[in-house]
Amino acid sequence: MQRRKLLGYGAAGVAVLGGTLFAGWWQVDGPGAPVPTGPRPLSLSLSAMEFRLTDHEGNAVGPETLAGRASMVFFGFTYCPDICPTTLSDISGWLDAMGEDAAAIDVVFITVDPARDTVEAMAEYVGNFHSAIRGWTGAPDEIAQAAEGFRATFEKVPTDGGGYTMNHTASVFLFDAGGRFASTIDYHEPREFAVPKIRRAMQDKTGGTT
Amino acid sequence: MDVVRKSLIATAVIIAGFAGAAMAQEPTVVVEDAWSRASIGVNRPGAAYMTVRNTGEETEVLTGLRTDIAMMSEIHLSSTNDQGVSSMSPAGEIEIAPGEAIALEPGGLHAMLMRLQRPMVKGETFSLTLVFADGGEVTVEVPVLDIAARGPEN
Repeated sequence: MQRRKLLGYGAAGVAVLGGTLFAGWWQVDGPGAPVPTGPRPLSLSLSAMEFRLTDHEGNAVGPETLAGRASMVFFGFTYCPDICPTTLSDISGWLDAMGEDAAAIDVVFITVDPARDTVEAMAEYVGNFHSAIRGWTGAPDEIAQAAEGFRATFEKVPTDGGGYTMNHTASVFLFDAGGRFASTIDYHEPREFAVPKIRRAMQDKTGGTT
Repeated sequence: MDVVRKSLIATAVIIAGFAGAAMAQEPTVVVEDAWSRASIGVNRPGAAYMTVRNTGEETEVLTGLRTDIAMMSEIHLSSTNDQGVSSMSPAGEIEIAPGEAIALEPGGLHAMLMRLQRPMVKGETFSLTLVFADGGEVTVEVPVLDIAARGPEN
């Protein structure tokens, strides 16, 4: 009896230990692991990307559209009430601050919500911001492939009332004229940091080598 | 934030008493620098921003919003994690300690206006009522600025 009891305690102990180990695994390496922090993966070079999209004027576009000039690319969606208009107006402000130099950089807003952001919806939206900003949309798998190349992520999230919103990478990706990734501008980064980053990417004509 | 404070003179400061309170009392919540961006039509949700200051002696709890411009309005919180990913979710009830203020500003808390009943037109205003846990309400006229506006001053 005594022995059986001990065995029982032993089994319970093993079960607890097992449970603890499992919980540990779940939180550290398993599906419950936190999103890895630390350095973010860097965007590929534009030449290493492959995707086919359509701009807000109906032109076929892809990474090669951005070859030969510095570029600035970011992801968002037009049904986004806060982050995206803020990013678009921040970028418009940076471009305004650059004056005529802004004509030498391509600026692209890629939607992560092509179901609602048709070519027409993109045209209606980007027309309200700096004229250099182009809107790109397309098939969901092409957008997923574009995001993968830039190392951007997005996720559809249902909201109360049957709608949905999109979580997405809000950073702006900068590329030099050689199509090489130069740097990112984080969401709502102050103009005094953003504009010099853009100018640096534009000066780097040889693709990062000096 | 300094810029926001300085622009206070330029922007209408709207103080409203607690209309819902049974007793007549000094207004204890002040809404400053309210603004919003123009919408494109009515399909997309809008957002409004402001500073809500508790000038009273008691903690105020902001529980909800009401406006005739949208079928549904809620305080939402946008946040961006260290991977640069932005997300948005209802903020729930918001406590404002005596003497403190909460800022509803781009990239953080905002009044999310869902299912717009009419477009938000630049140059116009709309009424937004803030509802508090003690039954008090504050109504503010929110000016609609340009779709590319960055703050109450432009």
